[in-house]
Amino acid sequence: MTSSAPPPPPADTVLEVRDLKVHFPVMAGAVVRRQVGSVKAVDGVSFDVRRGETLGLVGESGCGKSTTGLAILKMLDITSGTVRFEGEDISGYDRARMRPIRRRLQMVYQDPFGSLNPRMKVSQIVGEPLEVHGMAGDRAAYEARVASLLDMVGLLPDMADRYPHEFSGGQRQRIGIARALALEPSLIVCDEPVSALDVSIQAQVVNLFQELQERLGLTYIFIAHDLAVVRHISHRIAVMYLGRIVEIASRHDLYAEPLHPYTQALLAAIPIPDPEVEATRPQQIITGEVPSAMRPPPGCRFHTRCPQAMEACRSIEPPMVRRGDRVVACHLYGEN
Amino acid sequence: MTAPLLSVRHLSTEFRTERGTVRAVDDVSFDLAAGETLAIVGESGSGKSVTAMSLLRLIPSPPGRISSGEVVFDGQDLLKLTDEQIRAIRGDRIAMIFQEPMSSLNPSLTVGLQIAEPINLHRRTPWARAMDMAADLLARVRLPDAKSRVKAYPHQFSGGMRQRAMIAMALACQPQLIIADEPTTALDVTVQAQILALLKEVTRAANSALILITHDLGVVARYADRVCVMYGGRVVESAPARDIYRDPRHPYTIGLMASVPRLDQAAGSRLVPIEGSPPNLAKLPPGCAFAPRCRHATDLCRRERPALVATVPDHLTACHHHDQLSPAAATS
Repeated sequence: MTSSAPPPPPADTVLEVRDLKVHFPVMAGAVVRRQVGSVKAVDGVSFDVRRGETLGLVGESGCGKSTTGLAILKMLDITSGTVRFEGEDISGYDRARMRPIRRRLQMVYQDPFGSLNPRMKVSQIVGEPLEVHGMAGDRAAYEARVASLLDMVGLLPDMADRYPHEFSGGQRQRIGIARALALEPSLIVCDEPVSALDVSIQAQVVNLFQELQERLGLTYIFIAHDLAVVRHISHRIAVMYLGRIVEIASRHDLYAEPLHPYTQALLAAIPIPDPEVEATRPQQIITGEVPSAMRPPPGCRFHTRCPQAMEACRSIEPPMVRRGDRVVACHLYGEN
Repeated sequence: MTAPLLSVRHLSTEFRTERGTVRAVDDVSFDLAAGETLAIVGESGSGKSVTAMSLLRLIPSPPGRISSGEVVFDGQDLLKLTDEQIRAIRGDRIAMIFQEPMSSLNPSLTVGLQIAEPINLHRRTPWARAMDMAADLLARVRLPDAKSRVKAYPHQFSGGMRQRAMIAMALACQPQLIIADEPTTALDVTVQAQILALLKEVTRAANSALILITHDLGVVARYADRVCVMYGGRVVESAPARDIYRDPRHPYTIGLMASVPRLDQAAGSRLVPIEGSPPNLAKLPPGCAFAPRCRHATDLCRRERPALVATVPDHLTACHHHDQLSPAAATS
């Protein structure tokens, strides 16, 4: 085992993920189906999420950020590892045992068009979780709750009787957020929640997430590929590459002093909306593309693209090493 | 001053829909000099892609129709050419790169053949020679193993490699102008940076002009010389890139800049969003399209459409109140 687990989490930890692995079988054969390999979508991921904070999960396609989110909610089978939510190990839970957990652990999806049932009125979409969990109460209480949820996300009470197609992308995402809030969850996993929205609308929804966090003391896992947005909303950011976390840092440290060469490459790749800054910024663009998660490179998975790769990187997988309050998995930073 | 390579004047493109005629591009004008990179920025429905398609007359008709204007390229109005004449220009003197390379590459033909095709078609270069040139072009766009990859099919390429092949195809006939419509939106950020740097490098080397259609203000800042900001089918602001970032004049441009988080700024502060939603082109207000979302809007804005005028030399703005607006006033 090359990944040494971080020390025990502090008391205010909402979620504790240890050595999480999610592997998908790859099948072949038209008549006799047999497994010919596996996609190691998430391959040994450990992190904590503290109460009231936003942890950003960022990385390029195939890094396993969305799979990690789905695994935490037990919407996918976990291959190995533990997920501890509010002190309770939920990694082995089935659907029935997850049901009471779901009340406190919710999700907001990327696609505000595909994730809302087009035949349901907004009041039904937002109120459905209350009914499923037997928390609807009488008609008046139910309607009052739906109205207050709509108000919380900046929608008007009279929108309750309308259907999703009558709303813009930003408004639909607000409906999705209201639904996630219905059961008063403590942790919300947000999977690319603003990626499908226009730039001017993204800021509205990002601000809403921040306001709700302050008002309700929510904890978020914010998954996105846009590092500028993730850094803006997150207190700490975990950078993922090919199924593993390469670095966890505070939003300040991540930009001021990125440790992992992949984090550095990711930051350099993102242009800053200011021509004068761009004109003086060193343009260090790494070559190549993300390799297949079916056959990840041995050693450090980033070594095939890393400008600082050494001999050890090609064969030895770097462990997660703690440096102050940050974590990095790179041979440049030995254990000390 | 020499004549620009491309001069677009009062271009309008309409689509007939069930709900009536929608003017997706409305009275758009801009100039582009040889070797220059112009970014057309806007959100969905702003008309930026329809503008790009209109320049090469790639608007499906019906339901679309270029209803007025001129697109003068190297002294010739492209809108007045016959179908045969415009086909001779496409892929030869003007090339286009699309967002989704998989849908613009033919899956049943080798990549090399598809790059060689315009060379054979427009230059009457024999196939064998054109195929050699295709291999050279793939090497120029730094495709690994270019020599053997000419025989590969598009599905054997990754997204980044396909976009490199598209750039090779665009470069095949040394065009004077390349139009790239969100060329990297479907790609990962590190690959996006590679492709845009490559596009900039090859266009600079060939002294080709580049029109970059994008929604990404960062991409504009890194690569563009000039910027046109579009909203509701119209150009609302147009200026050299440095000027538009340093001194944006239109409330929409100012709002857009304030609504994107920047990596180089302290995180944690609140963004200043633009309230409301982008307009529905079928229900545009009679005055300024941005008026319903603009905190400076007056009755004049709701009634009368502002003209695109030079607020300072070489900096055009379509706003009734541009003279009273500065970024400081708009964000307070």
